[in-house]
Amino acid sequence: MKKNLNVIVAYSIMMGLIILVGIFQSWNIALSIFNLCLISAVMTMGANIQWGYAGLINFGIMGFTALGGLAAVLISVNPVQEAWSAGGTNILLSLFLIIGIFLAVRFVLKRYQKSKIRNYIITAIIISGIIIIRFVSEPGIEAIEEVNPARTGFLGGLGLPIIFSWIVGAFFAGGLAFVIGKVALGLRADYLAIATLLISEIVIAIIKHEDWLTRGVKNVIGLKRPAPYEVNLQETEWFINLVEKFNSGKLALISDITERQAALNQFVIEGSSVFVKLCYSGLFLFVVIILLILTQKALYSPWGRMMRAIRDNEEAANAMGKNVVKQHLLIFVLGSAIVGIAGAMLVTQDGLFTPGSYRPLRYTFLIWVMVIVGGSGNNFGAILGGFVVWFLWIEAAPIGLYLVNLTTAGLEDTHFLKVHLIESVPYFRFLMMGIGLLLIMRYRPKGILPEKIEIK
Amino acid sequence: MDFLNALILLLNYIFVPALAYGSQLAIGAIFVTLIYGILRFANFATGDMMSFGTMIAILFTWYFQSLGLSLWFLPTALLALPFAILFMGFYMLIIDKFVFKYYRLNKSPPVQLAMVSIGVMFITQAVVRIIIGPSDRRFFDGEKFLIKANEFKEMTGLNEGLAIKSTQVITIVVTIILVSTLFWFLNKTKTGKSMRAYSDNEDLALLSGIDPKKIVMITWMIAAILATIGGVLYGLDKSFKPFTYFNNMLPIFAAAIVGGIGNPFGAFLGGYVIAFSEILLTYAYKKFFMYVLPESMEPDSLIQLLSTDYKFAVSFSILVIVLLYRPSGIFKGKIL
Repeated sequence: MKKNLNVIVAYSIMMGLIILVGIFQSWNIALSIFNLCLISAVMTMGANIQWGYAGLINFGIMGFTALGGLAAVLISVNPVQEAWSAGGTNILLSLFLIIGIFLAVRFVLKRYQKSKIRNYIITAIIISGIIIIRFVSEPGIEAIEEVNPARTGFLGGLGLPIIFSWIVGAFFAGGLAFVIGKVALGLRADYLAIATLLISEIVIAIIKHEDWLTRGVKNVIGLKRPAPYEVNLQETEWFINLVEKFNSGKLALISDITERQAALNQFVIEGSSVFVKLCYSGLFLFVVIILLILTQKALYSPWGRMMRAIRDNEEAANAMGKNVVKQHLLIFVLGSAIVGIAGAMLVTQDGLFTPGSYRPLRYTFLIWVMVIVGGSGNNFGAILGGFVVWFLWIEAAPIGLYLVNLTTAGLEDTHFLKVHLIESVPYFRFLMMGIGLLLIMRYRPKGILPEKIEIK
Repeated sequence: MDFLNALILLLNYIFVPALAYGSQLAIGAIFVTLIYGILRFANFATGDMMSFGTMIAILFTWYFQSLGLSLWFLPTALLALPFAILFMGFYMLIIDKFVFKYYRLNKSPPVQLAMVSIGVMFITQAVVRIIIGPSDRRFFDGEKFLIKANEFKEMTGLNEGLAIKSTQVITIVVTIILVSTLFWFLNKTKTGKSMRAYSDNEDLALLSGIDPKKIVMITWMIAAILATIGGVLYGLDKSFKPFTYFNNMLPIFAAAIVGGIGNPFGAFLGGYVIAFSEILLTYAYKKFFMYVLPESMEPDSLIQLLSTDYKFAVSFSILVIVLLYRPSGIFKGKIL
């Protein structure tokens, strides 16, 4: 009990802060912060597995998040039949061609000795393959994008419940991580950081501009939900009764019947959106807890010990017969898969997929700040980091506004400096993140909840 | 005649813009490489440091404009440049003193310094946005074109015009002056040589009496010059927007790595490699082939290898390929 005291204290303070937001601002805001904190926590767990357990820098978190989001679209949206009949065959043919090229390259790689000629052959196969694919796919893509471009213009998905996409998102992200890992994991730490950052930009570029698959910057809106819709809730009997029971004290104070009805309606509307958010919170919490149990088990397993050994001294671990390359690849895939889950969760909660919103600052660097601030190598720390940093990220604007008002209290309201500062309040969050990160790195380099290794 | 037209076409749409863009990238890449070679970390605040320098230059430009100062046909920003560099150097030294110095003295691993540079990135970004705002700003004044497309057509009687913006010429000229001075400094002067020695082998350099404080200070000064000039040239040519500058960090990194990180000459060429491949691969060659090929063979499609949306992706793919086959870059890195 005593040794976990700091964890308990840190988490109680965090929950207290969110509850304070609920009391002073509104429960809606508090719950939406809480939900995004949970999603951030999943992302930080993924990054923490890579960085904290194995010391791999992955600056491509944005790409994996986006792939998770793409999975949500491809799983949940109903298939667009017209688009499939217009260009489906071309797309499928291109897919087979890609597989064909892949197999051909593998065949050449296996069959022939390493030589210049082999390299030329492979280049020739790939280039000619790309040209053929372009000729095959172009008419299909054009046909698909012409099908009702205002509403669809893409192939659509499978029409399954969106929850499945959380698993599929993990597979998507894991698959990409496998490819990236094969290519880039041999690089030195900072090269790896840059390479993953740039590769994630490539992924975003593809998602943004391949309209036939993702609708690109036209966005996909109105995705299915795992939770009930507010409008439906407001009309269901049991929910109204529930809200009435909750607010019976306040309602009893109102004597007039019509006024009481109006107040009840107001409560129902507020309550419905809170209820929906609570549903999401429940789902997300479930995922976070399962992942936490799994990652904790992994951390204290022989495998976790091996990972730390590799992290702390690669050569020694290698000399002990551990396959460093293989383990690095494994952990890179696992961590990225978790980030993929988070990406799918994020799109599920928003109900829309906006490729244009994926930016490295928000989806890569902010997650890294979370991991570093929370405590790398410690799962509880990483989750806490997700909570603290996201909370600050959202509440930075009100805090900034308060600070600006405080410091410029002596100035008139129309003074240009005051107006300018109040206009730039949204950017105080960057300032806060930067200062927070620098202070933590300087004075508490292991994060709020540092890693502690206990031998069980 | 057709052949000449085709040539002018390529010159107008590919060669001149790529040369200007490549110069801007090259300056940034040298900045990255210098920090990497001497201070030994990947500086993720590159783009934002450039935008900070540009911001100061813009503020000075506005001030000079309000005073009525100008440089005839040249943009006022060039007049503001020396002042901006001074400010920028001051800013760099402050950051170094309060942030990077601690880790350098503790001999922290490069990864930690890179993380710290992310903190600097956040702060710089916030400061820039708080001071000047996130919007798009043009601060170019003076003569816009050196040669206008119409004038060129009239002069030569060709179908294709060649437009050369004065910013493109300024970019190229300034780059040539800056880079040749820098290489002269690194290769011929005593300080430059000691910088190279320090980059090559720190312990040995310290043993031979090189003062690390001086090296670090000069490095930040050169970095300030490069960051400000690179940023201002880009801003003059296109426009100043903090978010674009942040994004420019990515092709700049690609250029530095492609050229071999730690190698300034490689970074210089890497900038052009990235710029030319971006533009060559995303240009639609239809018109070019219309001039070159006989009429019967005229193409119907645009003959564009990749859509312009993939401009950035091209440079990153080049980087990935280079990393795969020559992890140390085209020119062997790590020899300043």
